[in-house]
Parts: sequence; structure tokens; C-alpha cells
Amino acid sequence: MGSVVVFCEVSGGAIRSATLPGVSAARALAAAHGGGGVVGVVIGHGVGAAAQDVARYVDRVVVFDDARLASPLAETYAPLLAAAVKSAGATALVGTATSTGKDVLPRAAALLGAGMASDVIRVDGAQRFRRPAYAGNALCDVEIASPIVVVSVRQTAFAPATTAAAPGALEAGQLGTIDALGAEVIGVHATKSARPDLGEAKIVVSGGRGMKAGENFKILEELTDLLGGALGASRAACDAGMVPNDLQVGQTGKIVAPQLYVAVAISGAIQHLAGMKGSKVIVAINKDGEAPIFQVADYGLVATWEAAIPALIAEVKKLKASAGG
Amino acid sequence: MKILVTCKRVPNPEQKLKLTGGKLDLSGATWQINTFDEYAVETALRLTEKGKGGERSGEVVAVAVGPKEVSQQLRGVLAMGADRGLLVAGDDAALDADAVARVLVKVVEREKPDLVILGKQTVDGDSNQVGQILAGLLGWPQATFLASIRVAADAKTAVTTREVDAGVEEKRVRLPAVVTVDLRIIAKKAVRNEALAGPDAEWEETQRYASLKGIMAAKKKELKELTPAELGVTVAPLVRVLSTEAPPARKAGARVGSVEELVAKLHNEAKVI
Repeated sequence: MGSVVVFCEVSGGAIRSATLPGVSAARALAAAHGGGGVVGVVIGHGVGAAAQDVARYVDRVVVFDDARLASPLAETYAPLLAAAVKSAGATALVGTATSTGKDVLPRAAALLGAGMASDVIRVDGAQRFRRPAYAGNALCDVEIASPIVVVSVRQTAFAPATTAAAPGALEAGQLGTIDALGAEVIGVHATKSARPDLGEAKIVVSGGRGMKAGENFKILEELTDLLGGALGASRAACDAGMVPNDLQVGQTGKIVAPQLYVAVAISGAIQHLAGMKGSKVIVAINKDGEAPIFQVADYGLVATWEAAIPALIAEVKKLKASAGG
Repeated sequence: MKILVTCKRVPNPEQKLKLTGGKLDLSGATWQINTFDEYAVETALRLTEKGKGGERSGEVVAVAVGPKEVSQQLRGVLAMGADRGLLVAGDDAALDADAVARVLVKVVEREKPDLVILGKQTVDGDSNQVGQILAGLLGWPQATFLASIRVAADAKTAVTTREVDAGVEEKRVRLPAVVTVDLRIIAKKAVRNEALAGPDAEWEETQRYASLKGIMAAKKKELKELTPAELGVTVAPLVRVLSTEAPPARKAGARVGSVEELVAKLHNEAKVI
């Protein structure tokens, strides 16, 4: 029966860890598709060693290795994925919803005339999947009607795949015409900030409209850096011009799920809650004891930020000093 | 340059979703334009603005696929400053990303824009697919999740920056192209058309709101209604939502009396610091 192709991102001569949950989902889907096996597709330049690593996780690896494929361009990668699906006679294409996966997979779906489910958190059958919508405020069960299905999976929803009993065979894929359509990656710059990325930080400290002015975020920055976290903000704070828009956490901003989320002077509008309620532990600090944020907070402190934050900084410093000593 | 920009209506994200019996009940919803599409409109307008004498040049065409009521959101976009509107009739429940993209292909063939700008995703379906599918079907280059865009003076290429897992990627695309925009695109100097705006040009860090003058002007602007049949496309969604339910609720925890108690609990109980 139909096999499942999994888009395997690689970096530094190995499979990217973000890909491993995608491989797990591909295995689950392969079972639903009649056990046709999992075919890993590796695309890049000088990716021989990485393909060997990928082979430890899948039944077969198809490698597209060419200088023109050095940068991940949707324009060149999507046609190769589509071609790999066709030549393998596969009935599904899977990948993790990384920035590259999100860029490339829908384009590949278009080339295959296939329906796609994004950010899947559960495989329920050959063509049935569960996925969040409305920034996680709703869970949808969807069915894809096309003969080939394309799926991107949420990295945190599937356990990373472990290595298979025996490594899969490697083969070179047919490159065909590689046409970037005039697109080119000029460079990749690591984000300048010394702080971790908002989407990946283990701790996020966010401020809301109650912070009153942009300069008052300085004290939140101090707390954020002390905790080694990332700074966020509510839409109200961004709209008021206190902080740049890219700090926005919420349905209309970034969706975060850190170990610890500290909401300071944020009332907790539905659209903000949608962006952070997946956090493991939520702390709310707000002077209004009736604020909706307290309904989702594990620990709530009714206090003004002016009083609470300097005290919190001092207390965390004390804790760190005692742990260090 | 001519820019096509997409506008989807979404239920107001400030309203609580009504979920009953595995169905989403939107009968009481108030609607607004998808935030990321609003940023797309703002991007499109900036690319036509700040010529040497402060003049505007180019055309921004706003397109929506949806029920008749979406004309309200399109009027709002015209009031922001878009030049023309197109509303292609469609039933939200019978549309998926593929169907919308196939309608947009026909609109692109008709309008022949230099650039198509979409929000990176809608804040209801969260699928993040339409721009990429559209580019794939058209065989055009794409640049997704843009933090900035600079269109060359000859309007033949654009240099973009994109938010990717590794940081910020700088990508050049040949025009015509499809781009999708993320949060940072409304920063002061994120958007520039080199044929018009100088390197110092900047805008306010927000999407613009319609002025009274804009609202009056919008009433006279063209808003054309079309059907998929008139465009020569059949709407046949590939992805169907079978049921929708609420995620498990998060329950409120405890109040703490002091900062000392908070830190002690975070350290000893939750073990997160």
C-alpha cells in the first residue's frame, strides 16, 4: 500500500531534532496507510553524512544533493518533495511545522493537488487528523478528501522518533530541472537579542497596558534577564506604542508555551490568553483582583507592578545567591 | 506598481468562542478583518506612498472570498486607503486554503498584479497555507512571514527579511511574487518602495485606522462582486472540518500573599525557577 514521505530537515551533518516528531507522526500515518513504510527525503548540499543519520530512523532515504539546494527555498524544495511523493507512489507527505516546513509543505501540497492539515497534534486515521485552531481555543477534527494527504505536525505533540532496528537504504533522487524562479537566500542572521527567542524561551515575562509607558518595561527587562527568559507584551501594550509589535503574545501575535509565564499588569483578554494558556506555570501580577488573568493563573498576586517587580527582582537575586553559595 | 492584497473576515478574537455539541456556533459573532491581513493592507499602502513630493503612486486592490457581509470589511480596507475592492462570493464553511488559493489564482490572472500580499495566517483557521499554495499554483516565487520588504526602484525584485527558526533570513525574490507578512512588518521602517520612498522614510508603528475622510472616500470607490463561476473556477474543498471542541479548561490556582511566598512556591512547588 501507500508509503509515507517525510521531509527530513538536516543541520550540521545530522537530522534536525525538530524533524524527529515528524518522523513519529509519519510512522503512525504509515500504519494507517497500509504499512507501506516511511521514506525520508533529504534536500541540501553536502548532506551525505546527514542522510546516513536520517537512514537510522526511516525505511528508505531519498537524497537530493546539489549546490543549488544549499539554502532551503520553497521554490526548489517543494517540487522535489512532490516528485519524491510521486515516484515513491506515496499517499502522504509529512513534516514538522518548523519555519521551513510551514514555508515548503503547503507549496508541495499545491503541486500535488493535495489537501493539507497544518499543525496536527494527533493522527486519527489515514485521512483524519486533530489540529488546533483559534490559537488553541478550539480543537478541530478534520478529514482530507484528496488521494494524497499533506500534514505538518506540531513539534511538541509527538514524541521524537527513536532509531529503527536496521538503517534504511539510501538512494539519490532524480534532480530534474532546479529552478529557483529568481528567488535567492542572501543570508541568515541570528537574532541580535541576547535573550532567547520568544517562541522557544523557557521563561517569558510579559507586560500589559498597566505598565503605562514604554520606559517602564525596563524593569521587566531586568527581571526577564535575571530569569534568563524572553520579554513579551499584550496587544494593548503594543498598540499603545510602549513596545515593538513583535513582542506581542496572543491570538494576533505569537503563541508561546514556556515552562513559566509571568503576566504583569495584563488584564487577560481572551485573545491574549489564547497566546499563552499552553504555558506550564502561569503567574499573574495585577492590581485588580478581579482581572480575568487570575482565572488561568497558577499563582496570582494582587499588587501593583511598581511594588511587586522590584521586590520580585530582589527575591530572585536572593534565591540565586543562595543557590550559588 | 499594482498590488493585490487579501482580506479575510474572522470572528473578533476578543470574543469567547461558543462551542456546543461538537460544533462552533458563530451566529452571535462580531466580525472583523484578520489582523495579519490588516498588516498586509498596511504593507501594500506603504509600498505606494511617500514619493518625492509626498505623492502616492500605484494601485492597491483588496480581494476577499466570503459571504456578502464581507463587503463591510472590504469597505473598511477601502477607507484605510486601498483603491478598489473585489468580493468573490463564497461560504466560509465550504472553503479551505486550497479552494481560496484556486479562486485567487483566477483573480491574479485577471488583475495581473506585480505583488500579492497576504497575512501569514488567519487568526481563526490558523492554517498558514493560502499564500504558499497560491505561489505554488501560479509558479511564482514566494517569501513568507515577512519582517520587512524593500521593492527595488525598477519593480523587478524585492529584498525581504523573514522570521525563521534560526533567526532572520534575507531573501530576494523576482517580481511578480507572493509574500505573506508577520508582526514586525508594521515597524517604522520595515516597508519601502525604492521608486518612491527615500531611505529615511518612516511610518507610524501601527496599521492605520480609517479617517473620516477615508470613510467618505471609500463610499465612492469601486467594490465589485463576483462569483467563482464568473471567474471560471469551481470551489471544491479538500479539507473538511468534522467537529470542533473546546480544549481542556485550565483551572485557576491559588492566590499568594506576598512576593516572598510567590518566589518560594515557584522554586519549591512548581520548580520552575
